[in-house]
Amino acid sequence: MLLYTLRRILIMIPILFLVSIVVFSLAFAMPGDALSGQIDPTQSPEYIEEMREELGLNDPVHIQYGRWVAGIVQWDFGRSVVHRMDVSAIIGERLPNTILLSAMSLIITYILAFFMGRYAGRNPYTKGDYTIQGINYLMLAIPSFVAALFAIFIFSFQFGLFPSTGSVGSGMTPGTFEFWMSKLYHTFLPALVLGALVTASYTQFLRNDIIESAQKDYVRTARAKGTPESEIYNKHILRNSIIPIVTLFGFDIASIIGGAVIIETIFSYRGIGELLISSIERRDSAVVLSVTLMLSVATLVGNLLADLLYGIIDPRIRVE
Amino acid sequence: MSSQKPLLEVQNLHTGFNIEGETHYAVKDVSFTVNPKEVVCIVGESGCGKSVMSLSIMDLLPKHNGKIDKGHILFKGNDLVPLTEEEMNQIRGKDISMIFQEPMTALNPVLTIGYQMDEVLFNHTDTRKEEIRKKSVQLLQQVGISRADQIVNEYPHQLSGGMRQRVMIAMAIACQPQLLIADEPTTALDVTVQAQILELITKIQEEVGMAMLLITHDLGVVAEMADRVVVMYAGQVVEDTDVDRLFYEPKHPYTKALLDSIPRMDDHREVLNTIRGIVPSLKNMPKQGCRFVDRCPSAMPECTKIDPALGEVDKGHSVRCILYDASHPEKKAEV
Ligand SMILES: Nc1ncnc2c1ncn2[C@@H]1O[C@H](COP(=O)(O)OP(=O)(O)OP(=O)(O)O)[C@@H](O)[C@H]1O
Ligand SMILES: [Mg+2]
Repeated sequence: MLLYTLRRILIMIPILFLVSIVVFSLAFAMPGDALSGQIDPTQSPEYIEEMREELGLNDPVHIQYGRWVAGIVQWDFGRSVVHRMDVSAIIGERLPNTILLSAMSLIITYILAFFMGRYAGRNPYTKGDYTIQGINYLMLAIPSFVAALFAIFIFSFQFGLFPSTGSVGSGMTPGTFEFWMSKLYHTFLPALVLGALVTASYTQFLRNDIIESAQKDYVRTARAKGTPESEIYNKHILRNSIIPIVTLFGFDIASIIGGAVIIETIFSYRGIGELLISSIERRDSAVVLSVTLMLSVATLVGNLLADLLYGIIDPRIRVE
Repeated sequence: MSSQKPLLEVQNLHTGFNIEGETHYAVKDVSFTVNPKEVVCIVGESGCGKSVMSLSIMDLLPKHNGKIDKGHILFKGNDLVPLTEEEMNQIRGKDISMIFQEPMTALNPVLTIGYQMDEVLFNHTDTRKEEIRKKSVQLLQQVGISRADQIVNEYPHQLSGGMRQRVMIAMAIACQPQLLIADEPTTALDVTVQAQILELITKIQEEVGMAMLLITHDLGVVAEMADRVVVMYAGQVVEDTDVDRLFYEPKHPYTKALLDSIPRMDDHREVLNTIRGIVPSLKNMPKQGCRFVDRCPSAMPECTKIDPALGEVDKGHSVRCILYDASHPEKKAEV
């Protein structure tokens, strides 16, 4: 297991290298650069040229890339020209919000998928199963921004249950209990939308796995022992079917992040996704580069986590 | 024997599968009895319905398409067929147990051996948890597992096929059942392990004093273990007799052919007799007449028209063939 983990981590190094090249090329290919939006256009072209030279923007691509990577290795992600701050400081402020949002949405996804998938898997091809599948496909079909606007309209405007914007109430002292409660309160609605929308695949996965497991020989053995139906489902079948579900999120990180980018923007939720979109708009390339790289790494780490988790909860892999 | 009340009586059992909206019978009109402490072997080629028949007794048919359509399964005089799932759960694992053909998949891969052992005792006794575990270890030792106290904490994939089948046997005998159904318990195992497992089953059967319904297609096993033998062909019983008469006075052409296909030590034939053809599939079963007719060396034109009935030719010896059917005496002379 330890060897396996080490090998998995080592494999990540060349992948990370490739990812960094792709990310850098994309940012490089973006029209304009940090200067084009920032500098007073009335300045003389000679002055602009001088600035470019000074900032290293005229250097060959590989030198710029090398400088960027060298910085990252020393935890220096560059400076945001828009925010006039170190990128690491901006991300440090935004990241906890996104993590909170993602975690909360995952918890919601799992709770919904567990109960719906378990019910549908136990009662396949019944009215209840069809209803659950109907709801799931509906949620899958609705674009996230439509769902978000609906949720805001109903929960915020009609019933006034949850705030529609922001990630924390104003005038809170960071670190206090009220501050965290306010955070949770602000995060709930976007998390609900984000979580509900990806529930479909988890529910379907669990349902199908339960149906498949119910046909397995070991279920027949359990029945031959006189084990009651409910025990068979809750112990024998669910233990098996839960394994692929628990690890599913690791492979799903990319879509969670994708969803978060949209949801954060609509809810003006101060997270990484919202930062990415606004930075792209303002050509804040240092931020865009860092955030994109970070999200790619998150996806890789998610995959790794999923694999390792699989090894921990599946006894067949655990020993080797 | 005859004064005893039978332990299990299967009467006119019909088990069908729903295939594309139509019911096809994998078990058609099967009747036989098992007396207490008796070993009854069911023999027949692959696909003749042995497993379906045994699963019917335990009510373990695949729920989505398999169903008992007609017939009775009397266990100690009570019919099991109309019982609910909950009522069957009181009997399964306690009065009747079963061992399956495939030890590799019969155990749950994510639960420990101990858990799966304890389960059967937990289902049928009021014993406390620690006591149950002690009993499980004891049972595992009884079936010849030496590291029993460690094995209870291990998972099935850590055990060999033979070991898993021992675990299955230990589970099956945990509550000292009166009937053990063993569906080809050694087919999936290495030859050397096969002998050990059969020996173990025989030993346990005698120790516990239970009756056994042993399904096999190995006639050597039949000769060694059986008291009575039921020969099945294409979902039907074609011959039912005691083990001596099976080998020395086989009546049904299928039984004869089956016996003819065993290699013998004193046999100098270059080519073994095999029964030509295969068992017809459920969908291609002849609608009328004898099901063996296409492969039968003694087939007559009538065989395709008359459904032969299972009839007693001698005390305790029944055959399903018009050659022995009293209602067709003109055929009898030709035997
Ligand atoms: N779940 C099922 N659905 C449809 N048909 C089935 C099903 N299970 C068994 N059958 C059919 O029923 C017939 C009898 O099968 P069964 O498994 O009882 O044979 P068997 O005598 O046990 O053979 P083997 O010696 O290979 O175990 C076969 O034709 C098989 O195809
Ligand atoms: Mg079988």
